[in-house]
Amino acid sequence: MHIALKGVVGATMLTLSMTAAVPEAHAVADEQFIPLATYRVGAYASSGIPVWAGMIDYLRYINEVEGGINGVKLVWQECETEWTAEKGIECYERFKNGLDGAPVALYHPNGAPAAYALSDRAAADRIPLITLGYGRTEATDGSVFPYNFPVMLTFYSEASAVINYIAQREGGFDKLKSKKIATVYHDSAYGRETQGPLGLLAEKYGFENIQIPVADPGNEQSAQWRQVRQSKPDWVFLRTWGVSTPVAIKTAARFGFPVDRIIGDIWASSDEDVLPTGDAGKGYLALTPYPGGADFEIHERIRTHILDKGKSDLKDPKSFGSVYYNSGLVNAAIAVEAIRAGQKKFGNRPLTGDEGRWGLEHLDLGEARLREIGFLGLLQPLKLSCSDHEGGGAAKVQQWDGARWNLITDWVHADRATLRPLIDAKSAAYASEKGIQPRDCSTEG
Amino acid sequence: MTFFIETLIGGLLAGTMYSLVAIGFVLIYKASGVFNFAQGAMLLFAALTFVSLREQGVPFAAALVLTVVVIAIGALAIERWILRPLVNRSQITLFMATLGLSFIVEGLAQGLMGAEVRALDLGIQDTPVMFGDIMVSHFDLVAAATATVLVTVLALLFNKTRVGVSLRAVADDTRAALSIGINLNRIWQIVWAVAGSVGLVAGLLWGARQGVQFSLSLVVLKALPVLIIGGFTSIGGAIVGGLIVGAAENLAEVYIGPFIGGGITPWFAYFIALAFLYVRPAGLFGERAIERV
Repeated sequence: MHIALKGVVGATMLTLSMTAAVPEAHAVADEQFIPLATYRVGAYASSGIPVWAGMIDYLRYINEVEGGINGVKLVWQECETEWTAEKGIECYERFKNGLDGAPVALYHPNGAPAAYALSDRAAADRIPLITLGYGRTEATDGSVFPYNFPVMLTFYSEASAVINYIAQREGGFDKLKSKKIATVYHDSAYGRETQGPLGLLAEKYGFENIQIPVADPGNEQSAQWRQVRQSKPDWVFLRTWGVSTPVAIKTAARFGFPVDRIIGDIWASSDEDVLPTGDAGKGYLALTPYPGGADFEIHERIRTHILDKGKSDLKDPKSFGSVYYNSGLVNAAIAVEAIRAGQKKFGNRPLTGDEGRWGLEHLDLGEARLREIGFLGLLQPLKLSCSDHEGGGAAKVQQWDGARWNLITDWVHADRATLRPLIDAKSAAYASEKGIQPRDCSTEG
Repeated sequence: MTFFIETLIGGLLAGTMYSLVAIGFVLIYKASGVFNFAQGAMLLFAALTFVSLREQGVPFAAALVLTVVVIAIGALAIERWILRPLVNRSQITLFMATLGLSFIVEGLAQGLMGAEVRALDLGIQDTPVMFGDIMVSHFDLVAAATATVLVTVLALLFNKTRVGVSLRAVADDTRAALSIGINLNRIWQIVWAVAGSVGLVAGLLWGARQGVQFSLSLVVLKALPVLIIGGFTSIGGAIVGGLIVGAAENLAEVYIGPFIGGGITPWFAYFIALAFLYVRPAGLFGERAIERV
């Protein structure tokens, strides 16, 4: 109740202040509307603010430098969700019919609670949801989930990529047999999502799979790390979120667990996660599908055309190139490229949700295209289809040196073929429960 | 056995961190009978102010003093514009006022000083210290020492100074205190300033561990079961309550958690608190309310 009440008042204050400070977005029918469900207040605001900056800066870059997507200008508007399901639904309902005639081609729920809550609703409204790094893993199966796109890296792929990385470090999969790998996870649907794939991989490679939950918010973790110390794992896979990540890193140091044997997952891999850890965080490893750093080609372009001209949404320029800022760039680039792919079939005009879905299912970002748009190295090669809404399944490993992230691997690929039967079983169960007749992907053009 | 003892000691030390948060509530409740819902927001505001000053290059000690000054000004403002107009209103009215205040303080703090995560280095090592086979946290030892010093200072303030005697008089019988000329407004100003300063100490220690950010205001959720167990009117009770909660939740997570899915620390403390409500509704050291009917 405490948090919910604060949410209402906080959102009201923010809305009032934004109404006063920001001119309202007006669209015309020949523009493409990009709804932005954001969280700039509340417990997760510090994570969200750089993400929206990355998204907005890239959309602005597309409009101002490239003249829109094939001449179609983008228009966007924000709606505050505070990372909650109920406000996420409210924002979706407000945005789903577009803005002043400008249609919605795709929608980022920006938060696991909203993504789960909107899954069926968006399918009924025929609006595709992009859930990069969160949401339902089984939505990889587009025959059952035509409007859900867990693009790039699902939690299953993340689990597999981390095991593959550990195998690399140990000198091969056969060396995993005598190892202990502990997963310290946020005790939520997100945190528990990797239990299935890790169980399967433990069986396949023979490592001991230890699972230790941390209840939200996770600001005191002595008991958990005492269990880690007692079980003496070789590696810890850290699947926390928000404040539970820095607390985990600092508590690990307190219990003498080496930080360079901890691998954070996608939601434990940002600058905000390690900045408060001081010396304890030096050497911390993290898996990420959108690495930190401002040296990618796209940063040069945005620095020149947006940042240096004072048009960036970033209040603190130090966050330029941070992991979360880069995640905003990547999210926006996928949206832009999906719309571009859709325009090839439907013409250079604003797309509807169904047309946006077609664009996403025909998204093909090879190295040449990534180089062209300035995202080579920042965004992995990605090819989506009706039967594969993830498309990538790779991540890089970065290491924190106390001041910045340094990439220590190229893309580490998940063993998607091994995990696919688990995904298919889950999606089939979902289809049976909901009475969904799966699409025949072989007939999809 | 060693593991059990280590878990117990670690839990007791972790509990002192909860006690530090709970003491702020106790101070205001003792002096005014108000459950200050804004204590978490005050803690966040104090820590954010300190970190912001440090970021501007203000030396540690000066930043500490300036933050206390800002807290004192805030206490004057709260007394003048929120509490004084509501004097003689019901406790629920005052409680709702502090609820509103928590939103305002949180919003203002983040609006003025930013919502991003800030690192806070107090220069205290958060590394393990071994006593034989038993490992304890250096940081937790410092936190426990800080709590001890704080309680001693507060005890001296309450028992050995004129202001302290006035505070106790107001707490015991407000009307009688007013009748002998004690300035209630001044007392409230002092209590809120002291509670804010206690919040600063708690905010700095918690902030050093988890970073200074919005979720700092949520550490008060840890203080509520401490208050129920220790009693709302006793600083000693806050300490004992913190120790009980810290030890119980650590032992429960390690020995009971694995059988019921783990992750039980947040609700287990409330489970203990509920059990205490059945047997000691006023808490271990709280004052029993005796009413003539």
